[in-house]
Amino acid sequence: MARKSIEYRKKILTYIYGANAGHTGGSLSCVDILNVLYNYVLNVSPQNFSSPERDRYIQSKGHTVEALYVVLADKGFFPEEDLKTLCKYKSHYIGHPTKKVKGIEQNTGALGHGLPIAVGTALAAKMDNKKYRVFTLLGDGELPEGSNWEAALTAAHYDLDNLCAIIDHNKLQITGSTKEVCDTDPIDAKFESFGWSVQHVDGHDLNALIKTFDSAPFAKGKPGLIIAHTVKGKGVSYMENQVKWHHGVPDEKQYQDALAELDDKLTTMSNQ
Amino acid sequence: MNDGPYSLLIIHHSLKKMETAIENKTITGKANLEVFSSILQELAAADRNIVVVTSDSRGSGKLVPFAQKFPEQIVEIGIAEQNLVGVAAGLASAGKKSFAVSPACFLTARALEQIKNDVAYSDNPVKLIGISAGVSYGALGSTHHSLHDYAVLRAINNITIVAPADNYETAEAIKLAAVFNKPIYLRFGKKNMPDLQATDQKFEFGKGRIIREGNDVAFIATGETVYPALQAAKKLEEESNIQAAVISMHTIKPLDYELLVAIAGRCKTIITVEEHSVYGGLGEACASFLLQHRDPSSGRAWGGAFKIVGIPDEYTVTGSQNDIFNHYGISGAGLATTALELMKKIN
Repeated sequence: MARKSIEYRKKILTYIYGANAGHTGGSLSCVDILNVLYNYVLNVSPQNFSSPERDRYIQSKGHTVEALYVVLADKGFFPEEDLKTLCKYKSHYIGHPTKKVKGIEQNTGALGHGLPIAVGTALAAKMDNKKYRVFTLLGDGELPEGSNWEAALTAAHYDLDNLCAIIDHNKLQITGSTKEVCDTDPIDAKFESFGWSVQHVDGHDLNALIKTFDSAPFAKGKPGLIIAHTVKGKGVSYMENQVKWHHGVPDEKQYQDALAELDDKLTTMSNQ
Repeated sequence: MNDGPYSLLIIHHSLKKMETAIENKTITGKANLEVFSSILQELAAADRNIVVVTSDSRGSGKLVPFAQKFPEQIVEIGIAEQNLVGVAAGLASAGKKSFAVSPACFLTARALEQIKNDVAYSDNPVKLIGISAGVSYGALGSTHHSLHDYAVLRAINNITIVAPADNYETAEAIKLAAVFNKPIYLRFGKKNMPDLQATDQKFEFGKGRIIREGNDVAFIATGETVYPALQAAKKLEEESNIQAAVISMHTIKPLDYELLVAIAGRCKTIITVEEHSVYGGLGEACASFLLQHRDPSSGRAWGGAFKIVGIPDEYTVTGSQNDIFNHYGISGAGLATTALELMKKIN
């Protein structure tokens, strides 16, 4: 899985470079979370995708769709070759998730939408006594959207412990740091006061992520929130923690440098 | 756009039945809102997937009996319309027939982005129910009026827009909505409505109903304005020997172009009537079609006289729904006068 994380990063960069568009920094910050979700946690596959029993994953931070595309292609939802059409004329592979792409549950992109939909889906599972769970990934920059807090109330009101929200807490958004733009700290205390059970995790530590997901629900009758502490641009040293890589696209040299750095990591991993 | 040939419409109606309906001036019907509630209870008893989602609006939505009978099939959100629509979309995506019930004014403005993305774009078959629509709230003022809903929703792809005129249309619309597998918006008011079922023409989405035949002038109305249009037609016949057609164009989108072509083929004067801004609603939808339409055999445009009656681009006069209707000429007398003036211009 650790190798996958690096391979995914290479592919994210390749397709963003090819399309000359994409949300590079956020895709690199959330891809380890997606790796663990799709390769360990979720009961979702191309074979069971129309089953009512499948787990649901809704990506509220739709703009980092490149990470999701790469993981879905790896899982066999569609040929990876398709991603060469990313953001091209008439391609289904656009800059935000759409259900025209197999494996995607909901069309997202406008922020603050994933959590309410996830709440409704989790509520349906409870009403039908179904076992599936619902996961949604939020960006920390979208937390000021009021609809998140409306949905947070409803999730706790209906005891939705089959719901797990993850915040990709990379602490940067398009204008600057989340602290400067609209300080939402302390996120944990806010959600706890809304009736949620909250866990912190290093969002790049695969074992820690697995352990955290394994322990969900964190409290019976409470929706769970995982605050995943991440680094925007993670894995490419010149991109890390640099706000300009929110939607920066590498030039030829930068792209080759990034691939070389990631290849080095793969080599080191092989030698260990 | 349907550019089919002008054709005589086969009209299934009984004149006698029609006259009876019009002569019966006492409004004995219920509010469309009450019909909605009772039909929904019937449906919910037979189908546990029927789910009502409300934003502290079970009282105004006449849904208290529903909540008492089906406590497992109602989801109270509290006053949070964006969340209401998002949650309803999530429920629908998981197989629930979710009816998101909230005052039309809040549902279609506050939660517009959720309607656009979570319902229409994601194609989640939510039934959006706009209650106390138009100026039903009367003197409560502009915050509570929904005079924009047709306009904003018409510009959003993949959503059907319906305003039933009477109890019959409401009951049929709710039954059809329950099994409709696409996003839909229904709106209605809360005052008692007369029975307009003057024809045997069955109710289906996208097919206007001919409430009254006539070849001199046509009122194409929707929702609670169909009744005053019918009163105007009666007045025109009695006082001026003018035969006015009355159409309940309950589905604003998709619009019944075939019926419009047929009506335009018979009537030189068309008046649209709606409880909505004159901008962007039924009237402009009809006007847009008629202006672009050409008769396939002659190649000619319609060229008749056309008037949109609705609420002008201003904050409405204060008063009850009836006061507001009367002030803007949405009444038997007002619409009859409008028809006479318009007919004079072309004759």
